[in-house]
Amino acid sequence: MTSTTQTGDTPAQRPRKAAASSAAAASEFAIELEKINKRFGPVHANRDIDLNVRRGSVHGIVGENGAGKSTLMSILYGFYTADSGEIRVDGVPHRITDSRHALALGIGMVHQHFMLVDNFSILENVILGVEDNALLGPSLERARKELERLAHEYNLEVDPDAIIEDVSVGTQQRVEILKALYRGADVLILDEPTGVLTPSEADDLFRVLRVLRDEGKTIILITHKLREIMAITDYVSVMRQGAMVATLETRNTDPEELAELMVGRRVLLRVEKGPAHPGEVFLAVDNLVVKDDLGVTRVKGVSFAVRGGEIVGIAGVAGNGQTELLESVSGMRDQAGGTVRLKGTPLSLEGDDGAHRARKSGLAHVPEDRQRMGLVVAFEEWENAILGYEDDPAYGKGMILDIKAAREAARRRIAEFDIRPANERLKTASFSGGNQQKIVLAREMERNPDVLIVGQPTRGVDIGAIEFIHNQIIKMRDAGKAILLVSVELDEIRSLADRILVMFDGQIVGEADPATATEGELGLMMAGVTDRKATVASPVAATGAAS
Amino acid sequence: MDLALVLSTLDATIRLSTPLLLASLAGLYSERSGVFDIGLEGKMLMAAFAAGAAAAVFDSVWIGLFAGIMVSLATAGLQGAAAITLKGNQLIAGVAINMLAAGLTTFLGIQWFAQGGRTPQLAAGERFTEITLPFADELQGIPVIGQIYHDLISGHNLLVYIAFLAVPITWFVLYRTRFGLRLRAVGENPKAVDTAGISVIRLRYQAVLITGLLCGFAGAFFSIAQGSGFGNNMTAGKGFIALAALIFAKWKPVPVMLTCLLFGFLDALQIRLQGQSILGVQIPVQAIQALPYVLTVVLLAGFIGKAVGPKAGGVPYTKER
Repeated sequence: MTSTTQTGDTPAQRPRKAAASSAAAASEFAIELEKINKRFGPVHANRDIDLNVRRGSVHGIVGENGAGKSTLMSILYGFYTADSGEIRVDGVPHRITDSRHALALGIGMVHQHFMLVDNFSILENVILGVEDNALLGPSLERARKELERLAHEYNLEVDPDAIIEDVSVGTQQRVEILKALYRGADVLILDEPTGVLTPSEADDLFRVLRVLRDEGKTIILITHKLREIMAITDYVSVMRQGAMVATLETRNTDPEELAELMVGRRVLLRVEKGPAHPGEVFLAVDNLVVKDDLGVTRVKGVSFAVRGGEIVGIAGVAGNGQTELLESVSGMRDQAGGTVRLKGTPLSLEGDDGAHRARKSGLAHVPEDRQRMGLVVAFEEWENAILGYEDDPAYGKGMILDIKAAREAARRRIAEFDIRPANERLKTASFSGGNQQKIVLAREMERNPDVLIVGQPTRGVDIGAIEFIHNQIIKMRDAGKAILLVSVELDEIRSLADRILVMFDGQIVGEADPATATEGELGLMMAGVTDRKATVASPVAATGAAS
Repeated sequence: MDLALVLSTLDATIRLSTPLLLASLAGLYSERSGVFDIGLEGKMLMAAFAAGAAAAVFDSVWIGLFAGIMVSLATAGLQGAAAITLKGNQLIAGVAINMLAAGLTTFLGIQWFAQGGRTPQLAAGERFTEITLPFADELQGIPVIGQIYHDLISGHNLLVYIAFLAVPITWFVLYRTRFGLRLRAVGENPKAVDTAGISVIRLRYQAVLITGLLCGFAGAFFSIAQGSGFGNNMTAGKGFIALAALIFAKWKPVPVMLTCLLFGFLDALQIRLQGQSILGVQIPVQAIQALPYVLTVVLLAGFIGKAVGPKAGGVPYTKER
């Protein structure tokens, strides 16, 4: 083990500051990238990228999935080496060969998927890899003191002895930030940091980032959420198809312009839809009770109806029973009580084939987690395109599949839904999130169901694809079908739904008209505060048990 | 039952649990690093043969022990190369080691010594003999305490003491050293270790080699401490029982020791009960001999609950993104 010599000096107080300040005169930029190129086989992931990140600023990088943001940051963090181009840190050119090298230059990264050891304490996670010497005792002691100082300085309070798997996702992210700071990071790269956070946790994060910036740290924020760019960044760079298309000052731009730069064409951020024409009740849920795998009642007697020709949106903070509600109505989870009726006929959804019977009776379901429940990602596209409908006579007789017919049908839908790449023989895993979602959506809409249940339709989906998916859903509504939409993205619910039901702690606590309800009103309802009972129920209690 | 009988049963317990303990701790290092090791049995068998053969040929217990350890290390290295560098299936790598060991030891034994696979009988200086601890004989007269000291604690061979000493050492290494922290981390989330700038591959090799070292001691125990020479398949599935003990103890050193003692006790009891009749019924010897194995199955299936091992166990690490 030679790491003692490499990390033996106290990482947080490494005498780098002096070097940095002398070079500071040379450059006002903490990071400068010039003509960075990177190829993976035939894919030109980064082409001639120039990027200057001003010291002490929050610099956003936006782009669709596959635009090359992550590759660029991986080059900066030493995961990859660029094929050509120059990286300057504090004005000095460096060839960053691995992440240890990047850390030594004061570049820290908070990964999208946290790099934490779940059964370690926060303290152990922080020192992993930068222990002072062979024995742990002194390192832990010093780290404890150092964490206290950092917590105080940057408002990042954590309990150093808490075990990672016991703390919230928001706290885990703090630990990742603390890890980077403990290693002496001056430049902090955050990769899609809010993807896993609740709205209030995201607000906390932004507060921390502002403090860090005000203390002189430089922050690079990779995201595809334009809202966050507008809310927190000072500068924003837009990437498209491996190239850097623009760098702007955030206050001089707006979401519409950024979206257009990202996609390369005009994008409607607001959903365009006419008024709804609700007809008769298609889906009627009466006093539904659902328990989760641990036997905890998660849906506590919910009743509502969805009419043909309308979209009913269910809003709520994740973990308030929406998942169980969706799973139950679509036949994937047994009910503990209540009835579900489709056009007046009670649906029998019990048992392992409940979902199959639901589909047969005209109730289609786009599950929340497409990769786990909606698709078999190791399958080829056409196989997923018939999954769940594989016993349809159109795809074969008896036990034998008519592969030609199935592929033909898949090709048709690829064209219809603009699924890219247009190749039904490709492994589903190699499609982007948006295209995977289109595969699921195309499959579920194919049978022209009376009721479509959609969970998180645009989670992890690019802006361009979001527009398409929203339009498909509205088209279906206009064809007189009933649509039940569940999403944790409040914006999505507000723009898509004709009626909003708010779920809190397993119950529907209120209904709102998206045309008139404000975000604040909805937010209060989502937190369990209603007009009727003006008591503040803790939202933490409701989300704490989420599996 | 009088004290002497109890003590002699417990004495046998310690002796019989020693190879289990060494093998189980060996497995702990490897599995904690994320490399499942079903090849403990094979490494022990190879070490037992090498130790027995070398001790007989060179007339030295130390050369025997050294040979056992070296062969076990080499076998572990081979297994590591298959499971870590070549990213092969870890279970298959282990099974292959077991099959190789069973065949090779028998074959070489017959070829070299022509005694039906046995190595020559070892003389006194060629095997580990009982060590009498200081004052054991003097204190023997003191009731209970003196007896326990003399009969139970004193009078074992060197490898027994090494095995039980390895427990606190392992605990300390695992929970109080930098190496232990990284070892535990790499078995849970190798990506976290990699992004911290530590080599996953090197850590896992280190762990696997420690496994080889301890398996070397365990194997040597069979042929040059407990026995006096190697006999065909002399480890008799102890490597698998050690693995069961490791899982039952949830990969923690002190519980590993207690579990091994339990299995050793059952073995001692089994020997004690042979030929005895219980409530006037003669129990078939085979049934009693099967007791430790049956209990292994019962413990693993029934009492352990959910054994959650190191999360990244069994998965070769590929640096991808």
